Amino acid sequence: MNIFVLMKRTFDTEEKIVIENGQIQEEGAEFIINPYDEYAIEEAIQVRDQHGGKVTVISLGSEEAEKQLRTALAMGADEAVLINVEDDVEELDHAGAAYILAEYLKDKNPDLILAGNVAIDGGSGQTGPRVADLLGINYVTTITKLEIDGTNVKIVRDVEGDSEIIETSLPLLVTAQQGLNEPRYPSLPGIMKAKKKPLEELELDDLDIDEDDVEPKIETVEVFLPPAKSAGRILQGDLKVQVKELVNLLHTEAKVI
Amino acid sequence: MSKKVLVLGEVRDGALRNVSFEAIAAAKQISDGGEVVAALFGDQVADLAKELIAYGADRALVVEHPHLKFYTSDGYSQALLALIEQEKPEGIVIGHTALGKDLSPKVASRLQAALISDVTEIEGSGDDAVFVRPIYSGKAFEKVKFKEGLVFITVRPNNIAPLEKDAGRTGDVQSVSVDIKNLRTIVKEVVRNASTGVDLSEAKVIVSGGRGVKSAEGFKPLKELADLLGGAVGASRGACDAGYCDYAMQIGQTGKVVTPDLYIACGISGAIQHLAGMSNSKVIVAINKDPEANIFKVADYGIVGDLFEVVPLLIEEIKALKVNA
Repeated sequence: MNIFVLMKRTFDTEEKIVIENGQIQEEGAEFIINPYDEYAIEEAIQVRDQHGGKVTVISLGSEEAEKQLRTALAMGADEAVLINVEDDVEELDHAGAAYILAEYLKDKNPDLILAGNVAIDGGSGQTGPRVADLLGINYVTTITKLEIDGTNVKIVRDVEGDSEIIETSLPLLVTAQQGLNEPRYPSLPGIMKAKKKPLEELELDDLDIDEDDVEPKIETVEVFLPPAKSAGRILQGDLKVQVKELVNLLHTEAKVI
Repeated sequence: MSKKVLVLGEVRDGALRNVSFEAIAAAKQISDGGEVVAALFGDQVADLAKELIAYGADRALVVEHPHLKFYTSDGYSQALLALIEQEKPEGIVIGHTALGKDLSPKVASRLQAALISDVTEIEGSGDDAVFVRPIYSGKAFEKVKFKEGLVFITVRPNNIAPLEKDAGRTGDVQSVSVDIKNLRTIVKEVVRNASTGVDLSEAKVIVSGGRGVKSAEGFKPLKELADLLGGAVGASRGACDAGYCDYAMQIGQTGKVVTPDLYIACGISGAIQHLAGMSNSKVIVAINKDPEANIFKVADYGIVGDLFEVVPLLIEEIKALKVNA
């Protein structure tokens, strides 16, 4: 089975966001594999181990993403591809990113493509479905269970806490929701092996893509932090008195109950 | 310049979701005096269309088809694309719900359009509209605008105020027949999760538990408090990882991002990744034994104490308030 994973390098979830000169500061920040993409990588490895085939992890971004791709290889992916757009484009919108990924994938005959259901930085969740649409294949988002039998696929999908039981078929793109699996940590032998696994680096030229093809149709005009919450009131006194005061405050001051 | 804007309403359990009315308000602002056309898909949903008009839509289009009983990206995109072909709107607004998140990128891709998703606020109107949306799960925000072409957005539930309902408003409700075929996805069954009665993303009140809840059993008083307030129960990653509750309840940067009117954090320390998911709630109450817990830094009101003592007292006190009211 020909399996691909779309992976994004993101800020660690424990990082605070600092803005300087209108830009989010990346210096000194820890970067990780987008947590939802980690589920996708884990699932891809499990599907391969069960059905055979090859797992290729693709990341679109800058050279720095090589570190996260090596981690994916150490987890057990077979090959990695870095589409480095650093020198070619300043900004990409979701349509542009999806176009580049689909151009790479279009002649690779993927059976299964996995991605996270959302990246925790941009948070739009558009790229997966857009890639599937450009490739003309079906997609199912926010999955928590995947069973493949030949080309038949049974999926459990999380819909705001409810579960949809779905039947569909390959080729297919799915996006991972939390609960799909428990991603493994790379083992030491895995890390050693990963160093020798193929990691291909491509630029837009290699995919015959022109910068104009991926010209964004939207533009970010400002990035800002939410107003800092000033610490509120810690109530004092006997617990019963505190609770009474709290209910009173919620009712009369905050007017939320 | 005024625009014609199409809104897709959403039905859940036989009723329109609030986010549909919020989407109409957003569409009004984008339309800048232009027409707002509401669309509704499903199996026997025509009666609900009038309510979309009462909330500000100028007219409504209804597509009823057995294939639209359950949401599938193929079925719904065929229906929506047919209406877009018919109406040629200059703007589209959909709720940023499970349905909207799944459907909107596909439709945007079909239309070769950009999409600004998860909008929490709109500044300006018409061509000058700028859209505010959270990034890094609410640790920061960005303002984004369209450079050209279709204005296509999804709006986060609970953020844009709906217009006042006016039952006297009239408008045309048109039934449109669309040929819906070749569904590649079959929904066999929808299993309702009993633990989350009210959807977290739309809940006005959330009572949330962390490691301090100590067990699955420990969530019971939280559920009772949530039920009393008509709210939902959430959890921190710590509580989910410890197996006290389902991941569907997790609030945070991994998990759901919520903005209820009232968020009551019980036994939650307040890791950055959790704060990202809830710190934009309107009013935050923290209950924690540890006076140094991070959660107190974002709380409007804090009680230092054992949640198993505080929550039952809180339930009692709110019941008393309801009796007196």
